[in-house]
Amino acid sequence: MVLKGFVKKGEYFDSVSLMIVSKEVNTLPGIADSAIVMGTAQNKEIVRGANLYIPELFDQADDTDLLLALKAESDTVVEETLVKIDAMFKALRNKKDEGGTNFSPKSLEGAVEALPGANISLISVAGRYAGREAMRALRQGLHVMMFSDNVSIEDELKLKRFAHDKGLLVMGPDCGTAVINGVPLAFANVLSKGDCGIVAASGTGLQEVMTIISNEGAGISQAIGTGGRDVKEAIGGIMFIDAMRALAADPATKVIVLVSKPPHESVLRKIADEIKTIKKPVVGIFIGGDPKILEAAGAIAGSTLEETAVIAAALSKGASVDECRKKIADRRAGILEQAKALAPRCRGKYLRGLFSGGTLCDETQLICKDMIGFINSNAPLNPEYRLKDSWKSVGHTIIDLGEDEFTVGRPHPMIDFSLRNKKITDEAADKEVAILLLDLVLGYGSHMDPLAEFVPAFSEAKKIAPELLIICSITGTDGDPQNRSRIKAGLEQAGAIMMPSNAAASELAGNIIRILEGK
Amino acid sequence: MAINDLFTQEIKVVNTGMTAFRDDLAHCGVPVVQVDWKPPVGVSPESLDIIDDNAAKINEANAKALEIILKGKPVLVGMGIALDTIPGMKKNLILHSGPPITWERMSGPTRGAVIGALIYEGMAKTPEEAEALASSGKIEYAPCHEHDAVGPMAGIVSASMPVFVVKNETFGNQAYCTLNEGLGKVLRYGAYGDDVVERLKWLETVMYPVLKKAIESIDKGLDLKNMIAQALHMGDEVHNRNRAGTSLLYRAIAPAVIRTCDDRDAAAKVLEFINGNDHFFLNLSMPAGKCTLDAARGIEGSSLLVVMARNGTDFGIQLSGTDRQWFTGPALVPDALYFPGFTKDDANPDIGDSAITETFGLGGFAIAAAPAIVQFVGGTARDAINYTMTMYEIAFGENNVYQIPALNFRGTPTGIDVRSVIAKAITPFIDTGVAHKKPGVGQVGAGVVQAPIEPFIKAFEGLAAQLSR
Repeated sequence: MVLKGFVKKGEYFDSVSLMIVSKEVNTLPGIADSAIVMGTAQNKEIVRGANLYIPELFDQADDTDLLLALKAESDTVVEETLVKIDAMFKALRNKKDEGGTNFSPKSLEGAVEALPGANISLISVAGRYAGREAMRALRQGLHVMMFSDNVSIEDELKLKRFAHDKGLLVMGPDCGTAVINGVPLAFANVLSKGDCGIVAASGTGLQEVMTIISNEGAGISQAIGTGGRDVKEAIGGIMFIDAMRALAADPATKVIVLVSKPPHESVLRKIADEIKTIKKPVVGIFIGGDPKILEAAGAIAGSTLEETAVIAAALSKGASVDECRKKIADRRAGILEQAKALAPRCRGKYLRGLFSGGTLCDETQLICKDMIGFINSNAPLNPEYRLKDSWKSVGHTIIDLGEDEFTVGRPHPMIDFSLRNKKITDEAADKEVAILLLDLVLGYGSHMDPLAEFVPAFSEAKKIAPELLIICSITGTDGDPQNRSRIKAGLEQAGAIMMPSNAAASELAGNIIRILEGK
Repeated sequence: MAINDLFTQEIKVVNTGMTAFRDDLAHCGVPVVQVDWKPPVGVSPESLDIIDDNAAKINEANAKALEIILKGKPVLVGMGIALDTIPGMKKNLILHSGPPITWERMSGPTRGAVIGALIYEGMAKTPEEAEALASSGKIEYAPCHEHDAVGPMAGIVSASMPVFVVKNETFGNQAYCTLNEGLGKVLRYGAYGDDVVERLKWLETVMYPVLKKAIESIDKGLDLKNMIAQALHMGDEVHNRNRAGTSLLYRAIAPAVIRTCDDRDAAAKVLEFINGNDHFFLNLSMPAGKCTLDAARGIEGSSLLVVMARNGTDFGIQLSGTDRQWFTGPALVPDALYFPGFTKDDANPDIGDSAITETFGLGGFAIAAAPAIVQFVGGTARDAINYTMTMYEIAFGENNVYQIPALNFRGTPTGIDVRSVIAKAITPFIDTGVAHKKPGVGQVGAGVVQAPIEPFIKAFEGLAAQLSR
């Protein structure tokens, strides 16, 4: 039999709570007797009377100290019991917070107290405050997702360096999407669980890739957003690299997928070096960047978001990449046939794209560039093609409605369809327009009933111009609250040509225009 | 900690900003708490950085200060006449509540109380004479807080007034406070009529000797820490409600009065006076807080408050880390329930050293313990609980002895951290009485007041300046 004692300085619990703990402790295996009391003179007497007093420890303790004495079979039992007692105290402390009130905490610290074990701080306050909130979360040991934009690059660097040293994630600033352990954060989709882990410095790019992987019958382990600036020189890819390492070390991740706009050269080199150390297959796309760098580092490069996702899903399911590429080539041929069939039915000659997702808008411009050249835009690939007036389409035009000139004082187009719907009917009224190309992003954060918005707009457009082609793709899954299949069927019924991905929709539109232009 | 640890945990989210994200997460069954976020108040980014960079040092200093506060043991050990008892007291010195102030800037009730005190001291015969003397430069003024004392409302202490002596047994320092005169037309609310002066005389000549003898006959004095702890369990927050504390004091002191007072009539009158004045205990809970907090002064880097006090014109605070330095701003007019015939237009801005109780984690911080006075804060017990819950947000710790039954006996929010006040834009919530703004009228209501932010901004910047030296 051993008698062991401990003094916890400044730990306070009321006597009733301590009695409850004592009672429980005495029923634990291997414990002969125990005392858990505050160190008042009276309590010390009681402990002495029970032959549990340890003078060298307890003499110095006073009213504000917690005394603990255990009489047990062995030292091991004492240690095991101490762990259990700690858990009981933790439970007690948590119970203290259930005051039966409607109180909502005023600060992160208060919230962490109210939600013990909180591990992610999702921040969407105005940019100038977001940095400080993020730092406070990091100091508390929480991982951070910053939806907020307009955070200074200096603050971003400070936060990411701090997080890196503490082994924490900082997703963002300006990170719209992440899925951690299947939990959709901010603008995110409901995905099948699986073994594809994604790191992305692009919001809608990530949504497109992860939903296609999920729709292809594979699944997602983690989808980590870093914010677009992470891969710029100033930040140096701190979180992109940390996230890659985490996925490399994650036993639940079999395939690693990288999605970004072309990183800065110095960051690209770091990413390439990192890829070389990873034993798992890596599939990547640097939208608009040179695939050779990825390939040289041993990764598989996708040419579109869809291709990247399909390859990742194939690898996850154990299929061969070559087979997969062949399938994609076949699909391309199929799209060309489809274009040939549709082209003769067209009126007009112009393509007009109305996008809510920035990366999708970029991807469409890239795909079309190879078929019909640069396209006018408010967010053009080539600065020479910048629209003089974002509100007026000229020739082939693809507009990102998520850009600042459209979102100041108005909700994002993924939530508020009114501007896009107006532009749909405006473009339909333009007799030179042959094709309307649209994206539709589903999931949390997005509009919950897009059919109610698009169906009347499509019908109106078709009434104005029955020959107008409306080509649309959906970024989403059947698990999303809107349900992809249901939306697809509804839009088809409204006269839209539904394509399985943004890449496929863009290829179809590009091919039709090419045919119309006789190229 | 590593990122990979996150992959094996249940995701629990703190959402700061758009509530739609909270709703989406809740829809997915994810544990989520929404932060009721407000932008931080306007301190300079430089001082924010200095305070953030020194977080570890400040936390350590605060832990030390908090330990001293929690260990403090206020005991009522005796009584004395101010001139002989209060350090630095002089015949021509008048102590007042709050931060330093000149006669010119004094509010109506403070002036009224000064007038009353000069008449009481026999230094003037009429209010006019007293006013002339008060503004002549022959009378000196100083804050109670600079003489180890505290005074409710106008807080006027003059040389002949009897004071309680409360000793912090753990650290040996003492605090002093006058006797509570009751409610209505009383000196501390700025009244100075004949009845007021007569009562002061009675307190000095009858009450004081009887009480002094009784208190000094009690071995080891009266343990105020214990009494306050019990009073909180009995529905007091020991600032605006002192009924339980007064009753407990009465129970403890009555036998001693009977035993030590030969004059049965005097003994009865003294006990009747205590019994008839529900606020009698306030003048003990205040010095109890004062001597407990004073022991925690001067801890370098500590951002905890040791004083909040108002003089009817300015609201002043002191931090442990910056010790005697005052940080002030204009005092606000309380939100109050007014006596019949009075309105907010009659009210003087917030006044008195009694905010020492809030500084100590009681009063408005412990309002959840006092359901009987929730009409001051909105009318329901839930309102009171929410006020206390909000005060936990700006408290560095919790008391180990003072507890709130309605919160499962959680310790009162203790050690106001100026950093939290600034970061969360939450200022302390103070229970208070309301004085008429004109001298000579007295009390017109009671209610609550939110401390103004300005002194806290100055204190935050002041601490940052000190840390950067």
